[in-house]
Formats: sequence, structure tokens, C-alpha cells
Amino acid sequence: MSESIKKLMYLNRRAPYGTIYAWESLEVVLIGAAFEQDVSLAFVDDGVYQIVKGQDTAEVGMKNFSPTYFALGGYEVTKLYVEKESLEERGLTIDDLMPLTWEDEDDDWAEKDSIRLVSREELAEVMAGQDVVFSF
Amino acid sequence: MPIEVNGKSLETDEEGYLVNLAEWEPEIATIMAKEDDLELTDEHWEIINFLREYYDEYQIAPAVRVLTKAVGKKLGKEKGNSKYLYALFPYGPGKQACRFAGLPKPTGCI
Repeated sequence: MSESIKKLMYLNRRAPYGTIYAWESLEVVLIGAAFEQDVSLAFVDDGVYQIVKGQDTAEVGMKNFSPTYFALGGYEVTKLYVEKESLEERGLTIDDLMPLTWEDEDDDWAEKDSIRLVSREELAEVMAGQDVVFSF
Repeated sequence: MPIEVNGKSLETDEEGYLVNLAEWEPEIATIMAKEDDLELTDEHWEIINFLREYYDEYQIAPAVRVLTKAVGKKLGKEKGNSKYLYALFPYGPGKQACRFAGLPKPTGCI
């Protein structure tokens, strides 16, 4: 791996609608993916709601951009860390999240899970190993 | 400048992308292509339709690199490369083909 490749983490901690943070974060991730860095996303606190299944924005008058998270795999963004405690505090489990996957071109396009459930402690370690953490 | 199609005048942005995606019809691609001195073939339509399906599924226009890979997977390696796609869309498969398909400019296209 070339030395110029940086480990970038996008930390998402807010609910998807009501503010522009979640969508802005996703757009920056998609734009940044063109630079071929080592990108990961983390979902903590209300940020876990960003990737919850069955979102319906008809009543809030914002575009439902949750389908776009399924595009991440195609952008080679394959590491989505979800904090277990944040899910539990909200009465959610991994089954409430969208089944986000990526296809491994080097493994005959095998479908692999993108979501990695981690504890608060494990996530802190992953974060400590990053070159840059962008908080949204 | 608005684009005239089937007696309707449809709004486009300053770079010629359709403002309202829902107004798209195939005729629009043909008209836009003619303005770029292109005659649309089945091979062009294959990519245009592919882009529309991609947008329908993910709600974004793909970056060129992503498009190239996805085309390779769906339509075969001989089509999933920039040489093939640029031959069809000389102004860039992302920008030009997305415009013909009525999509916004690809995210990450600067």
C-alpha cells in the first residue's frame, strides 16, 4: 500500500433528517472515494438511524436518500462500523439496519457484508488508528 | 437554455442538465446528442438505460470509475472500460451520458 494512502473515517452521529449533516457526509464520502483513500464510516448515537431499514420521508418533505447507502459498495467503501451500544440504547438490533453489502471483484463478485458491529471500546481503537476523522 | 421536445419546453441548468428528472423522455437524449454531433446507436442506449436504472436504484448519478466497473459487471468486460465508454461519449461517459439520460451531473464530477 502506497504511503500516500490515508485512513479516513467519516463519523456520523446525527439523525438522517432534520439537519443536512447526514446527506452532506454521504456526499463527501462519495466525492472523496474518487481519491482512492482507505475510507471507513462509523455510525454512533442517533447516527445509527441513518442506515435503518424502511425509511419513509413522505411526511417530512425531504428526499429519502437511504437507497444511496447501497451505492457505497460500488464506490469501494466497504467498512461501515456501527456502535453496538448506540443501537442498544435505541432499542435497535443489526436486523433493523439495511443489509448493506459490497461485491468483491477479486472473489468472483461475492457479496460481503459492509456493516461491522463493534463495541464502543473497539470503535475507539479503530478511530485511534485513523489518519483523519471527519465528524458530522 | 430550455430544451424543446414534442412541443414542450423543458428547463435545463447552466450546463445543460435537465432540471426535473421526471420530465425525461428518450427523445431528449436524441436531441441533446444531435447538438453534440452524435447519432445515438443501440450501444449508446444501453449505457443511457443503464444509468437510468442506476439512478433509480441508488438516487445518485455514478462517478465514472463506478460506472465503468458496474458496466463491466453487467454488460461484460469489453464494455466496462474507459476506452469503450469514451468512444461512445467523447465528452465523458459520466458527464455526457448522464446529461442525455436526464440525470444530474455525477456526484464527484468537478
